[in-house]
Amino acid sequence: MARAAVSGRLTWRVSSLASSDELTSSARRLVFEVPGWPGHLPGQHVDVRLTAEDGYSVQRSYSISSAPDGNLVELAVQRVDDGEVSPYLCDVLTVGSQLELRGPVGGWFVWRATDPAPVTLVAGGSGIAPLMAMVRVRALEGSRVPFRLVYSVRTPEDVMFADELRRRAREDPGLDVRLVYTRRAPEGSPEPPGRLGVATLNTYGWPAEFNPHVFVCGPTGFVETVSDVFVALGHDPRRVRTERFG
Amino acid sequence: MPIVSPGFTGRRQSPDVQLPPGQYLTEDFPVLTAGPTPRVPTDRWEFTVSTEAGQKHTWSWQQLIELPAEKITTDIHCVTKWSKLRTRWKGVSLDVLLEDVETAADFALVHSYGGYTTNLPLEDLLDGQAWIAYRYDDDDLTPEHGGPARLLVPHLYFWKSAKWVRGIQLLLEDEPGFWETAGYHDYGDPWREQRYQGD
Amino acid sequence: MSDHVDGNALAGDLREIFAVDLTVATGQCAGCGYRGSVATLRVYQNAPGLVARCPHCEEVVLRLVRAPGRAWLDLRGTVSLEIPLSS
Repeated sequence: MARAAVSGRLTWRVSSLASSDELTSSARRLVFEVPGWPGHLPGQHVDVRLTAEDGYSVQRSYSISSAPDGNLVELAVQRVDDGEVSPYLCDVLTVGSQLELRGPVGGWFVWRATDPAPVTLVAGGSGIAPLMAMVRVRALEGSRVPFRLVYSVRTPEDVMFADELRRRAREDPGLDVRLVYTRRAPEGSPEPPGRLGVATLNTYGWPAEFNPHVFVCGPTGFVETVSDVFVALGHDPRRVRTERFG
Repeated sequence: MPIVSPGFTGRRQSPDVQLPPGQYLTEDFPVLTAGPTPRVPTDRWEFTVSTEAGQKHTWSWQQLIELPAEKITTDIHCVTKWSKLRTRWKGVSLDVLLEDVETAADFALVHSYGGYTTNLPLEDLLDGQAWIAYRYDDDDLTPEHGGPARLLVPHLYFWKSAKWVRGIQLLLEDEPGFWETAGYHDYGDPWREQRYQGD
Repeated sequence: MSDHVDGNALAGDLREIFAVDLTVATGQCAGCGYRGSVATLRVYQNAPGLVARCPHCEEVVLRLVRAPGRAWLDLRGTVSLEIPLSS
């Protein structure tokens, strides 16, 4: 599957929406059927292109949140209210409708199941998407590589894939999931809401001595802050891989 | 051929006025930038015109704002296809700044804080066509939109209206700027849709 | 203010031109000599083209402009790219 994903020039593929359901009140899980999909590595993304009747066209990148599954590709799309593409994808596009998609692309922000190094994943908001793909591929491949996921969200209602993460934290051996709430924590939470800081990342990520891979995905400011913390904690900057979504 | 996405219009309005070919109307003011936004304090800001003979004419911020200023209301057209109507600016005409400058140059290369450049014929900076603008919509020009001061040449695509303007180099030969060396048109007339080289 | 994304974002547009993934190539900045993966460059995409800057000195190392039916790729800010190939 990896082989197919890295050779040959890329072309747009007409894809159709196979299913769409709510992830949170402001995000949807969109599954596309992409004919001839070559498979992908967890962490890779796709480009989506929309074209209006008069030829006006825009393009956006979205991380793939699913493990490889035939021709199906799942995206987790956060609705940006004044956005040009996400409101269309979340609110207008109906099951069976077509759009253009190309991918998978990006060979840097990927996790390979053959790599034995421990992994720290840090997500901010919808930055969970590519990390979710890593968590899912790890389970699919039966990998025992130790994974720690730190997931920063505003409130409990903003957690994407909440049920699945709860289940996986119980069932997937060697996977730890830590949720951090920045605005409002759930009832009975041991910690008050607050920004993701050095202490949390130091406690819930792997220490630098273990030489882990660190994958950080989220809004630009979030990624900047988190990756600076890891470097300050002694991690090799080349092992701290980031995906900012602007 | 791209397939059409039914119901997709983008964030656009249908104009009741004629726009240059291929342009769409926008009500907001998109921020485009090719790099980090420079923050230039006005007490360190300078604007320099240099001629082909090596002469330099420099204005401090205080000197700039003491020059006679004009209020300009104009439509602007970005090469990324948005147009914005009736934008309101205040600034000093390049006719004022270039009045005492001796030159035989035909071309100008505009330089910005942060390293951006753009080229255009000198005659397009003259005769009430271009300003060093420092106010937008009755407010100081914000860094995001090129403050403290930007070039305003609204009859050309807006990438020619260099943000964070720092100086103008007058040249005998045309020298392509930042986007002009990467495929964009040397002149950039929106009404003739001169987006890319060869258009 | 941070208004850039990672070099990862170049992947699709570069793969439209090249048969291999250039974002995993190691590039050297012509400005400061910094070496790093193309995926780690700072990419400014709210612009008439894509502008990738060195994460160390912020100089422009790569620019890509896409027009209907053609593209311009400017690499004058890059000394060289080391591109991993399969065997």
